[in-house]
Amino acid sequence: MSQKKLAIIATKGTLDWAYPPFILASTAAALGYEVQIFFTFYGLKLLQKKLDLQVSSLGNPGMPMPMPVPVLLQAMPGMQRMMTMMMKKKMQAKGVASLEELRDLCVEAEVKMIACQMTVDLFEFNTADFIPGIEFAGAAAFFEFAGESDICLYI
Amino acid sequence: MSHFDQELDASGLNCPLPILRAKKALGTMESGKILRIIATDPGSVKDFDSFAKQTGNKLLESGEEGGKFFFFIQKA
Repeated sequence: MSQKKLAIIATKGTLDWAYPPFILASTAAALGYEVQIFFTFYGLKLLQKKLDLQVSSLGNPGMPMPMPVPVLLQAMPGMQRMMTMMMKKKMQAKGVASLEELRDLCVEAEVKMIACQMTVDLFEFNTADFIPGIEFAGAAAFFEFAGESDICLYI
Repeated sequence: MSHFDQELDASGLNCPLPILRAKKALGTMESGKILRIIATDPGSVKDFDSFAKQTGNKLLESGEEGGKFFFFIQKA
């Protein structure tokens, strides 16, 4: 049986949307998949050594809230930090892994991480802020792996 | 089933940590040895079944006892 392949494009840079790529990549690796994640646009934030990701209920009426908060209040200064803190606390209480832990597990499982060179330049990311061991490439490099993958996800 | 060679307590951990911890533990074990896993995540019941099917490690037995789930997996 040849090794199955999973290709993921990670495009989101919020705390909540950082989870699916790392959960799926680490699990697939544990199941024996060869995994590559291509980080582009806001997804590049998931590659920074120091993860400072936030979550916001603004523009997301589906986010479950412990109590109803009017939209205008959600826009007040400090609200995003507070919501992020509450979300992290809840995750910890429920035994959900931290993003740092999941990312470490991906690195350990040799999940290949590729940063989109174009968006690194576009947003002037400092590559020294990224975790070591990642590669920099473009769309063509992604297709080399994705074209042979069994599963391809855009997140 | 009572015999096992190694035990992993994944109580309180949520998806996908029980699976990832189990994979790591099995990685340190020899073929044929049995790992007993304890978990509290209800999703782990279906997940360990799928894990065994996809990795070739054998799920010998599973069940629930006092709100905790246990699994016996034999390393392929």
